[in-house]
Amino acid sequence: MVLTGAEIVIRCLQEEKVDYLFGYPGGAVLYIYDELFKQDKVRHVLVRHEQAAIHAADGYARSTDKVGVALVTSGPGATNAVTGIATAYCDSIPMVVISGQVPTAAIGQDAFQEVDTVGITRPCVKHNFLVRDVRDIARTIKKAFFLARTGRPGPVLVDIPKDITAQKCEFDYPQSVSIRSYNPVLKGHQGQIKKALQLLLEAKRPMIYTGGGVVLGDASDKLATLVRKLGFPCTNTLMGLGGYPATDRQYVGMLGMHGTYEANMGMHYCDVLLAVGARFDDRVIGSPAHFASEPRKIIHIDIDPSSISKRVKVDVPIVGDVGEVLGEMLAALDATTEKPDQESLAGWWKQIEEWRRRDCLKFNQSDSGLIKPQYVIQKLWEVTGGDAFVTSDVGQHQMWAAQYYKFDKPRRWVNSGGLGTMGFGLPAAMGVQLAHPGSPVACVTGEASIQMNIQELSTCKQFRLPIKVVMLNNRYLGMVRQWQEIFHGNRYSESYMDALPDFARLAEAYGHVGIRVDQPGDVEGALREAFKRKSELVFLDIQVDQTENVYPMVQGGKGLTDMILSAEDL
Amino acid sequence: MKFHNDTSMRHVISLVIENESGALSRVSGLFSARGYNIESLTVAPTEDASLSRMTIVTSGSDDIVEQITKQLNKLVEVVKVVDLSESAHIERELMLVKVRATGKDRDEMKRLADIFRGRIIDVTDTTYVIELTGTQAKLDSFVGAIDAGLILETVRSGICGVGRGERVLKV
Ligand SMILES: Cc1cc2nc3c(=O)[nH]c(=O)nc-3n(C[C@H](O)[C@H](O)[C@H](O)COP(=O)(O)OP(=O)(O)OC[C@H]3O[C@@H](n4cnc5c(N)ncnc54)[C@H](O)[C@@H]3O)c2cc1C
Ligand SMILES: Cc1ncc(C[n+]2csc(CCOP(=O)(O)OP(=O)(O)O)c2C)c(N)n1
Ligand SMILES: [Mg+2]
Repeated sequence: MVLTGAEIVIRCLQEEKVDYLFGYPGGAVLYIYDELFKQDKVRHVLVRHEQAAIHAADGYARSTDKVGVALVTSGPGATNAVTGIATAYCDSIPMVVISGQVPTAAIGQDAFQEVDTVGITRPCVKHNFLVRDVRDIARTIKKAFFLARTGRPGPVLVDIPKDITAQKCEFDYPQSVSIRSYNPVLKGHQGQIKKALQLLLEAKRPMIYTGGGVVLGDASDKLATLVRKLGFPCTNTLMGLGGYPATDRQYVGMLGMHGTYEANMGMHYCDVLLAVGARFDDRVIGSPAHFASEPRKIIHIDIDPSSISKRVKVDVPIVGDVGEVLGEMLAALDATTEKPDQESLAGWWKQIEEWRRRDCLKFNQSDSGLIKPQYVIQKLWEVTGGDAFVTSDVGQHQMWAAQYYKFDKPRRWVNSGGLGTMGFGLPAAMGVQLAHPGSPVACVTGEASIQMNIQELSTCKQFRLPIKVVMLNNRYLGMVRQWQEIFHGNRYSESYMDALPDFARLAEAYGHVGIRVDQPGDVEGALREAFKRKSELVFLDIQVDQTENVYPMVQGGKGLTDMILSAEDL
Repeated sequence: MKFHNDTSMRHVISLVIENESGALSRVSGLFSARGYNIESLTVAPTEDASLSRMTIVTSGSDDIVEQITKQLNKLVEVVKVVDLSESAHIERELMLVKVRATGKDRDEMKRLADIFRGRIIDVTDTTYVIELTGTQAKLDSFVGAIDAGLILETVRSGICGVGRGERVLKV
């Protein structure tokens, strides 16, 4: 069948069973948009800014196990997409971005809306392609999906010059593709798995530390089985939340900069650490030198060899897919009659329970008339039965959402961890809501972050997305203010949010429901009201205590055990 | 256990990479983005025109060089990576030196070129171009042996490396 390049692009997306394409048109992609118009299998979601298209595709991917797909035009369309692409790259999110490019003959001529998209995005994609021949489109798109979803996932960009989308060739979608230089290892090395199991069985103070890899690899069931069989404590990174059920007794909370006391102490003082799909980020272990000051054996399962022994030297590296490796470990565990050292384990748990009794996340709602942000998240968790999809922006509200919403299932928590992109929350929620129509979706945000992509309220109206925006309005760039309070002598340089709009009325102007809440007693009612309105977007502008800080806190570069637990520690 | 050790060592990394436009910038971009050293980088297609062979001379502590090879392997277009310095290997570099060759210096230049097994490949009344191959050290000592004032230009290729004996880097 002879088709134009543009027809081929759309046919490829159909073959990949893409149901939503997030995008924004422009000159270089007009042929592609013309073909989109003529079909109804791939539904296009018109955002209001290309950054939002990428975040929406990202939210779609994080909340499902599918590849998110976006389409942007050349030049400014592509540069607007870069922040979104980098966000997905930092968190290893599978995504395919198609960008238009100026016609082949114009490339290099400083043509109108020409930028070197492949060059600009090179450091923040898993891979990218410039298509130079219409006959290459199908194979390139096939490769792009293959690369995006296999191995360590990531965004892949396909840049297509306009003339190529108008040329014709025979269309034949390849059923499979192989790339000789790309062969991710999935199965773990048997010898290493045996060594790992031996270490785990001999451990006196074990800890299981898991991250985004468990969520990305859809391995949370296997993880839960292993953790329960061993009886060990488990902690999750910010990206790994929901990978292990947060309401389980063996869960000790998130670790790291704003992790719990028990998780950080356990991480530091364990004698055998099993790291699963987590990359020893600087916000997780603080100073590598301080972390190394306590002797322990480390087993690390990761699909990307470059994640292993990058910041922390590992004793037993296991390269492979988490699901595969955990499956092999479980089989090996079932095959042995040996059991973990119960006596030592009981002593270790006693110590952990003692740490837990510090109750590091306690807060006091009652003694002030101000709404505590932590209280809002706690109520959000209660009102949604712990079963909502929660996206967030970046700042204090993000940390409170991570600490107080107890995620029992994977892919429910959608946030930008690696890049920390303000403006992520609302567009990501659009992708989540489209992927899960009928499910409750909350976007926890701040009054600063929301303004970075607030125009998407218009997209939400057009596509009838009943997202619940839960805005913790502290009239501050709260996270910045917190650092200024602690490290810069209370000099709040440019961290105050002045001239704020009336958000409830702004939401109404977009055709949504807006509610302003300023009394603690009204929080729960407002949340219930919001989630009752199943078909409407409700924007809750919640006026919270301006001075609240996120605790516990490990200061950047310090050791994990060096925690500020409350304002009294300052 | 010592991890973040600072003892920086020279390493010769050899890779086979798809001969595609952009592949070179992925490699050089990786080095600059992650702050790794590149002393020299050479690249050219192999007998199989779909592949290129690249030799990179870098330096760093063991853990940095381990990351460099892992990060190179992670590039989709990289087919194979070896650290040649881990075992016996050969290194060669080509240098073209244009020198002033007049009066008594003219004979002296020829003599020196002969001693270093160089060849004079361009001759004018006043200049020679001397071609020399060898290890980096040999080329350095040739440059050191001739009067600096007589050197008009030096052009060096950066080194090419290959493992000795049966050790073959092939796809
Ligand atoms: C304001 C702010 C505060 C923060 N504070 C904290 C904090 O207190 N605590 C915290 O934990 N983080 C915090 N972060 C997030 C932090 O910056 C990192 O993004 C995060 O810690 C990384 O999580 P991760 O180690 O799970 O790695 P991810 O980035 O999720 O990486 C996943 C790892 O799993 C591997 N992987 C992927 N798929 C598979 C598979 N199928 N099989 C095997 N392996 C796989 C990948 O190769 C990678 O190594 C904060 C971020 C912000 C913005
Ligand atoms: C795009 C971008 N710019 C700047 C920052 C730095 N930054 C991190 S948190 C923060 C403040 C966020 O304020 P708000 O959204 O109101 O959240 P709060 O911390 O008050 O809850 C800033 C400016 C960032 N993460 N992203
Ligand atoms: Mg704020």
